[in-house]
Amino acid sequence: MQIQERIKHLLVTMLGALVIAGCSSTATEPVVEEQPEMEAVEVVEVVEAVKPAGPGFAADNRTPVDAGGSPVSRTFYFDFDLAVVSPADFAALQVHAEILRANPDRKLVVAGHCDQRGTREYNLALGERRAKAIRAILEANGASSRQIEDISYGEEELANPANNARAWAQNRRAVISYR
Amino acid sequence: MPKPIFPYFFIQTLPHVVVLLLGLLAFSDSRADLDTIIIDQGVDDPIRIAVVPFAVSEDLADIDNPAKLIRFDLARSGQFDPIAPEDMLSYPSTENAVFFRDWRILQMAYLVIGQAQRNVFGEIEVSYQLFDVATQTQLQRASFRVTFDQWRDVGHKIADLVYSEVTGVRGAFSTKILYVLAEDVGTARATYSLQMADVDGERTRTLYRSTAPILSASWSPDGERVAYVSFETGRPSIILQDVSGPYREQLTGFRGINGSPVFSPDGKQLAMVLSRSGDPEIFVMNLENRKLRRITRHPAIDTEPSWSPDGKYLIFTSDRGGKPQIYQLELATNFLERLTFVGDYNARARLLPDGRHLVFVHRRNGVFHIAWQDLLEDRLLVLTESELDESPSLAPNGAMLIYATQDQDKGILAVVSVDGRVKYRLPSSAGDVREPSWSPFLPDVVRASE
Repeated sequence: MQIQERIKHLLVTMLGALVIAGCSSTATEPVVEEQPEMEAVEVVEVVEAVKPAGPGFAADNRTPVDAGGSPVSRTFYFDFDLAVVSPADFAALQVHAEILRANPDRKLVVAGHCDQRGTREYNLALGERRAKAIRAILEANGASSRQIEDISYGEEELANPANNARAWAQNRRAVISYR
Repeated sequence: MPKPIFPYFFIQTLPHVVVLLLGLLAFSDSRADLDTIIIDQGVDDPIRIAVVPFAVSEDLADIDNPAKLIRFDLARSGQFDPIAPEDMLSYPSTENAVFFRDWRILQMAYLVIGQAQRNVFGEIEVSYQLFDVATQTQLQRASFRVTFDQWRDVGHKIADLVYSEVTGVRGAFSTKILYVLAEDVGTARATYSLQMADVDGERTRTLYRSTAPILSASWSPDGERVAYVSFETGRPSIILQDVSGPYREQLTGFRGINGSPVFSPDGKQLAMVLSRSGDPEIFVMNLENRKLRRITRHPAIDTEPSWSPDGKYLIFTSDRGGKPQIYQLELATNFLERLTFVGDYNARARLLPDGRHLVFVHRRNGVFHIAWQDLLEDRLLVLTESELDESPSLAPNGAMLIYATQDQDKGILAVVSVDGRVKYRLPSSAGDVREPSWSPFLPDVVRASE
């Protein structure tokens, strides 16, 4: 939790006036397992390196990186039957939008997913809604709609096939991949 | 080629519950056959019937006796309690050999006898008679001339006829099911296949196999075609395919969702969900000219359409009220009515053939069940007790429905009667089994020859 707070502070400092307030209560739980720790390390490096270059791609020309060259989170988690993007994810999405603005010829795909509960076709619709919620934030931050494709897999491509609360949380996600 | 199909068969009577376990050896080659049927629950007072092993000529002795198939079908309905052959006092195969006293002692209500032998043309002639034990009268008799491949068909046909005569409801043992078999999911070798099988899980045939997900299979009303959703292009598209024959066509491939294909009762139209306009809406495609008609117009999720039996209404799932609920739209007038009000998640509804009752996925206390609702009296009945129950599909006689559920983190199929009294499971050893679809009544494969 303390690490999380530190990341938030760092992100705020680095990216300017971002609205992250209230994220400790609404932040998507599963992120705790991977993203924040990753970011924690990377962001600290950024601050130490004081490297002012803009965000873009790593050497593989696919991995999105922030201004300091650190990979940006590409997976965003959701609550059950909801397609509301957590404010904790706004910073990373803003970096993606910046990358798209700086690289108008590049495209990305947002894949929306659901957990195993609920009906398959309804989940197909819900996954689409999640992908479109991510798309809307990218567009609001200046990305062109032509650069973004969204697709829903519903509950057909699970991240974790187990049937428990933790696996379900891991499955309710939208994933960005650059083309 | 054929092997004995029922290696063991025992019935155990618990208080108020008939538990019946049948191990089925996979028929011939297919490893995808649903391997075991476990009957969890039957009616309190099932009908007592004796189906005497048919007298068969020597060349037919090694394959399943038709009586065995008939007993299994009737037992699976939960409404019958067929007596085991070893408990019978005599084994008549002709009317002359029937002593009704033997069957009265055993308190049987009905008796079925029969024979099967090959004729000079190599065909198999199967005949049977159904008697009412109390009145000592014959209720039915019929003969069939069949090929060797139709051996199981004739068993199911006789079970249908007996069931119809005794219960007054048309039997559905000769129908088929579609389902999706998912193997090695979560690995690079993941495969999805659309399977068709007899409704007892036997005689499986693969209609399509892919490395991409398949879902939402549904039958045309004549049973000759299926429509389903395939991700084979990397995106969902609706596929139309012949059940037997080479025809296969990608019907839609619009941007966004292409889902939930369901044939109209006359088979001329296909309801579906498309999100090409920005959000999921119900459309109806005229299958003759492929023209699309938009049915819903709402920024909420509108999905999972299905038709009323008369084709005049579409029912569908929508979260326009905030949570997924079932709505009904009258196609001629666009009059919209919400049908479900109990609970905060009701989805994927299907109307019974009577048009008055609805089955759907219903969430109660966070758990997903199959529920039944009387639309006139606003009664709701939860039919299943397992978790993650989904995809209910009704038998054409409206007596039972098949659905997908989980058993120890594995997808299996299960069947429940629409009154919730009869339940059985069809697990699979092959992989995850899901997305079942019960066929309509199919044209007779075997016909009485008298």
